[in-house]
Amino acid sequence: MNVAVLIKQVPETTDVKISRETNTLMREGVASIINPFDMYAIEEALRIREQHGGKVTVITMGPPQAEEALRQALALGADDAVLLSDRAFAGADTLATSYTLARAIEKLGGFDLVICGKQAMDGDTAQVGPEVAENLDLPHVTYVRRIEELSPDHMRVQRMIEEGYEVIESPIPALITVVKEINEPRMPSIKRMLRAKKAAITSWTAADLGADESRIGLTGSPTRVIRVFTPEQRRAGEILEGETVQEKVRSLVAKLKETHLV
Amino acid sequence: MNYFLTEEQQMIRDLARKIAEEKVAPRAAEFDEAEEFPWDLIKILAESGLFGVWVPEEYGGLGGGVFEQCLVVEELSRACGAVAVSYAASALGGFPILLFGTGEQKRKCMPDIASGAKLAAFALTEPDAGSDASNIRTTAKRDGDHYILNGTKQWITNGGEAEIYTVIATIDPSRGARGMTAFIVEKGTPGFEFGKKEKKMGIRASATRELIFQDCRVPAANMLEREGKGFIVAMRTFDRTRPGVAAQAVGIAQGALDRVAKYATERVQFGKRIAEFQAIEHMIADMATQVEAARALVYATARMIDAGERDFSREASMAKVFASDVAMRVTTDAVQIFGGYGYMRDYPVEKMMRDAKITQIYEGTNQIQRSIIGSAVIKQAMRRP
Ligand SMILES: Cc1cc2nc3c(=O)[nH]c(=O)nc-3n(C[C@H](O)[C@H](O)[C@H](O)COP(=O)(O)OP(=O)(O)OC[C@H]3O[C@@H](n4cnc5c(N)ncnc54)[C@H](O)[C@@H]3O)c2cc1C
Repeated sequence: MNVAVLIKQVPETTDVKISRETNTLMREGVASIINPFDMYAIEEALRIREQHGGKVTVITMGPPQAEEALRQALALGADDAVLLSDRAFAGADTLATSYTLARAIEKLGGFDLVICGKQAMDGDTAQVGPEVAENLDLPHVTYVRRIEELSPDHMRVQRMIEEGYEVIESPIPALITVVKEINEPRMPSIKRMLRAKKAAITSWTAADLGADESRIGLTGSPTRVIRVFTPEQRRAGEILEGETVQEKVRSLVAKLKETHLV
Repeated sequence: MNYFLTEEQQMIRDLARKIAEEKVAPRAAEFDEAEEFPWDLIKILAESGLFGVWVPEEYGGLGGGVFEQCLVVEELSRACGAVAVSYAASALGGFPILLFGTGEQKRKCMPDIASGAKLAAFALTEPDAGSDASNIRTTAKRDGDHYILNGTKQWITNGGEAEIYTVIATIDPSRGARGMTAFIVEKGTPGFEFGKKEKKMGIRASATRELIFQDCRVPAANMLEREGKGFIVAMRTFDRTRPGVAAQAVGIAQGALDRVAKYATERVQFGKRIAEFQAIEHMIADMATQVEAARALVYATARMIDAGERDFSREASMAKVFASDVAMRVTTDAVQIFGGYGYMRDYPVEKMMRDAKITQIYEGTNQIQRSIIGSAVIKQAMRRP
């Protein structure tokens, strides 16, 4: 069972600053970590390897410093690490990012399972996982909280939803994104940390991937950030009480009039 | 202060700190309250490989020394003194084997101690032999290719939880220190049982237990060094592990200081943060200075040992005595600065004060350390013309 884990390096803080000029995230002066949700993805991949054998490959797209995130993943026990780094990748939105990651997965010959964290702590879009799956024409399941069964050609997983979970069966190869309920990530081991420090990390450019230049980086990113703001807190809803439907409708109409909505 | 750690030492310290902050600290109060041995945390430490930092690479360790061991103990102690001593006691049980074991004994025991697959313990103290270690009454009688052990050891850290025990017995009580002999005894050996587990003031999550030997047959191949060398085995071991107790003290004190510095900027009385009262500010200054001085002495001692100095009993004792006295003062002051809240179990500093106390007592009381230091200084003075 060969598993790929897609990880992202993010600033170690929940209060990310946003540049007023470019409307992009400001990274200077903040320590970097592996996106916390990706830690669960790495852990799940390691557990799958422990049970089914195979290899765990971690892949990230980012600046040269993102190599540090890959070394951390190696220290946790990943077998291989691939860095996708190129000036041409800069400014990528989720569409360009997922295209780039998908090209790398193809170049590596594909995997039985691709695992991502449910979303990145800085961007918060939760889009890259599903978009990678679409690029590769793979089935995907998001918000997985448990893998119930995994066989060479199929999986059964629990997908978290607001009021419980769904059980979903799918053929594999597939892609899943995982939530923090799925496991408790392990600590790195000092010996692996020392080995990871010296490990060779594959680094690929756009040319190495044979990527279509119109689909990567800023050029391949249709997303334009117009404004970044914290949405207003939604007020709690109100449930209208009443014996009959008529009664409830009547009080609803009254409310709507009261607030001048009708 | 910058101690210019090597890159590897920084990695060891950072990993120990990460485990201490993320895994140990959140559960320290819970384990203390329940007086429960923290097996979950010991397993995490084992998987991290930190049990092996002081063990040579040929036995599966990392090839560091006393200094690396101290770095881990210090970081763990910042979060919980009990978890730290459970970790450190494995080195106390393992060092005699590493220092005095045959190739065979080392190959058999050290890899498991280094990986944390097995905990070790060290058993010297008895009801009537504390500071006066040479008064032990646990006997070892030769019988063919075995020794038969009889007697009771008391207050053995990791007792019951460890698999490998270094036990000091005597082949002849009338010979005092010269009769003392060290053996490796494995848990499960017939005739080797565990007695009562102590209820303690501090380090309550650690196991402190009685070992009972009743006609316990131990292969002669498990003897460390020779008959009569047990006292030397114990003393040479303590020389290497006392800096570890000192590191425990530094860690506990640092933990208290971390908490105090934060609390003093939050607590408001008379309309001011209490950190603004000079009385408090100066206490914090003294605490920080003492902790740094203690750390500097511990690190210098550990580095001297690892660099190959031959005689370091005096410095090991100095580090232990100084750091443990600092820990007691600093944690007592921490409770004082927290005021009534400090006295409550809802806050972490009262536990630190309870945990600090033991560092002045075990591995030789501070009175005994002062005797070692004093006699070494005087002996040196008399040797000079
Ligand atoms: C929690 C805990 C864990 C322990 N773990 C271990 C362990 O893993 N293995 C092990 O072998 N032992 C262990 N011990 C035992 C510990 O090392 C002894 O308690 C210690 O050496 C002191 O011995 P004692 O308690 O019998 O005190 P005593 O020797 O009875 O001392 C009583 C008092 O008299 C003072 N005193 C005694 N002799 C002198 C002297 N010559 N000059 C001046 N003052 C003196 C002492 O300093 C002390 O203040 C542990 C003890 C505790 C409490």
